[in-house]
Amino acid sequence: MAKLKTWKEIPIGGLTEAGSSARFLTGSWRVERPIFDKEKCINCMLCWVVCPDMSIVVKDGKVTGMDLDYCKGCGACASICPVKAITMEPETKFQK
Amino acid sequence: MAFMLKDMVKKEWRLASGHRLCPGCPAPTLVKLALMAIDYDVVVANATGCLEVSTTIYPYSAWKVPWIHNAFENAAATISGVEAAYKALKKKGKINRDIKFIAFGGDGGTYDIGIQALSGAIERGHDFLYILYDNEGYMNTGNQRSGATPTGANTTTVPVGKKSLGKLRVKKNITEIIAGHGRVYVAQASISHWQDFMNKVKKGVEYEGPAFINALSPCVRFWRVRSDQAMEVAKLGVETNYWPLYEVVDGVYKINYKPRKPKPLEEFLKIQGRFSHLFKREGGKELIEESQMEVNRRWERLLKLEEATKQS
Amino acid sequence: MIAEKTLVAITGAMASAHAMRQINPDVVAAYPITPQTPIMMNFAQFVADGLADTEVVTVESEHSAMSACVGAAAAGARVMTATAANGLALMHEIVYIAASTRLPMVMSIVNRALSGPINIHCDHSDTMAERDSGWIQIFCENAQEVYESTILAMKWAENEKVLLPVMVNQDGFIISHSVENVEILPDDVVKEFVGEHVPHEPLLDVEHPITYGPLDLYDYYFEHKRQQMEAMKEAEKEFPKIAAKLSAITGNEYDFIESYKLDDAEYVIVTLGSSAGTVKYVVDEMRETGKKVGLLKIRVFRPFPGKRIAEALNGKKAVAVLDRSASFGAEAPIYAEVKSALYTIKERPILQSYVYGLGGRDFTPDHAKTAFDRLMKGEFFEGEGYLGLRD
Repeated sequence: MAKLKTWKEIPIGGLTEAGSSARFLTGSWRVERPIFDKEKCINCMLCWVVCPDMSIVVKDGKVTGMDLDYCKGCGACASICPVKAITMEPETKFQK
Repeated sequence: MAFMLKDMVKKEWRLASGHRLCPGCPAPTLVKLALMAIDYDVVVANATGCLEVSTTIYPYSAWKVPWIHNAFENAAATISGVEAAYKALKKKGKINRDIKFIAFGGDGGTYDIGIQALSGAIERGHDFLYILYDNEGYMNTGNQRSGATPTGANTTTVPVGKKSLGKLRVKKNITEIIAGHGRVYVAQASISHWQDFMNKVKKGVEYEGPAFINALSPCVRFWRVRSDQAMEVAKLGVETNYWPLYEVVDGVYKINYKPRKPKPLEEFLKIQGRFSHLFKREGGKELIEESQMEVNRRWERLLKLEEATKQS
Repeated sequence: MIAEKTLVAITGAMASAHAMRQINPDVVAAYPITPQTPIMMNFAQFVADGLADTEVVTVESEHSAMSACVGAAAAGARVMTATAANGLALMHEIVYIAASTRLPMVMSIVNRALSGPINIHCDHSDTMAERDSGWIQIFCENAQEVYESTILAMKWAENEKVLLPVMVNQDGFIISHSVENVEILPDDVVKEFVGEHVPHEPLLDVEHPITYGPLDLYDYYFEHKRQQMEAMKEAEKEFPKIAAKLSAITGNEYDFIESYKLDDAEYVIVTLGSSAGTVKYVVDEMRETGKKVGLLKIRVFRPFPGKRIAEALNGKKAVAVLDRSASFGAEAPIYAEVKSALYTIKERPILQSYVYGLGGRDFTPDHAKTAFDRLMKGEFFEGEGYLGLRD
């Protein structure tokens, strides 16, 4: 957590910076992690459409994976995938 | 006006990650798609609610577009002011670009506490699009019943108990109320049918004057479904005719999707925990039957309205 | 240089409307309510006749009026509105939001008693309910003050160190519907005085998107409130400069308070609004018989000029503070604040609270005279006295 600012250091009127939530990582909320199988993926982009956290990474028109900094592990991507290229695994499996 | 995914992926979402809506909540999906449906510069107003609080916890904001939250009941009045300012400043030559105006509100902020401000703004003819994300209750404050809560739902203010089966009254039909204003673009959409939704957003924004979209947006938390089921349950809403996809443009009705064989309402209800008591308790079956009849009545009426307003 | 003025016979409401016409705001959103309605009617006619090019938003309630004003001001427009009594009460929630979001705007308040029972006539219960809302509050004695205060208010609100909304109060019917002689400035002089509106972080600057009205929890809400307190202090500092500029044009004086035959006075009435005119008349009358009486009129109630009031009342024998509203179970608002302001001075006068004029009950010279007579006779009592009430 960044150091909190004094009243003299913040903008007036409660105004705040557009798009600044990108600095707040929600990945730690996850209890399940999406595992992406590039081989199975047909790049239909449905996961990219439904992801509520804008966490499907697309490069040059192809899905390359999930941004785990923000992915909350809801499973919407796995659920919509027509070819089962995404599966959900318990997050505990990845913790040391 | 089909939206091609290969074109869409080249664009940037106008809502940032790092918002704090529940995992699986489709409200941010609705927002990101709405803002991608149009290429205009846009100013957004937001009623108090889940979407508003979770996207703008100070000092963070997920909105990459100019955005204002004023209070719960006044998103439509607030955007009226923004739009009036735009008209005034454009008239005086202080602004030269085209800017569009969108307000988002939940069902509490729209069916209930905000209906007056919305009605006024539409009657006055401000050029804006109001997008209602209907999750059928006051979910931000913990599942209290609203005018949008359907018959038989278990809520915290009309809870199921020994002498209660939950809400007994029918859901208010706000889409029809707004259509009744005349000279307005009105549509009902569902997050499950996102291309249809995006088309409607584009049409609503392009329409000269007020536009309103009522979009079904399940609350995975309080509809008691899994976090990956938002799309599935919303789709069932459409397939059962519980949530018809249609438009009313200046009084002319058009049903956008007619299920070849509508599923029984039960299928929409039984996957949601908020209706589970209806399948176990005495009187539940009758309430489901009543709800099915209400769905049928509303659908039949819609078909007749489409026929009656058909333009030659 | 003093501008050439035009003398016209108009009501207080029309004086407001003329000030609005000359300011020519970008957006006015308002809802009809007695006794405010003539302001909006007259202003709407000015717009209809092409004398102002304002976007008039004819909202469906005062709640939406203030909500639209907040939206318009945040968008970057110069904004004005008007209301009264229950209308102001309906706005209440958004009145606080306008101030805390630091949105400059000017609202004419035509003071009327709050229900219930419902009443359409003057008292100050409406505006006193907003005294902690973060708005600057100016009170006017007559139509001339209404006109000049409205122009001054716009400049004060938009001052970059202030950025706060301002209420300009005029007594319902007594000022709003009475025809008086008012000196009107030339349009271009007013236009030049208020200048171009330079908005702070406007929403319509789409190339620099900004978020207005986020959820502000325990980490920063307090800091934002501290900023609001600072803004009021800045407002206090900036006011004399703005007032001096307007004085240079009108030749009239503007101060937080007005002292009337106060310097050598021993017995004083403190009041605000139209009653000050009545008290001046009585002071003149009583002075003729050698009574050392005077008036202290409060023009600016927020920011509250406590130090100035304390200095002005230091050493006086006795002071009656008149309130046109009551605080049930506590001291009336002006009395409580004046009393509090006097705590630090050495020669504190004896104080007496009077409540008068509720729901439009006439305040007559006899009432003012009664208050002075009792001060002079040393008739003091616990709690507040009532002027014009059938006991």
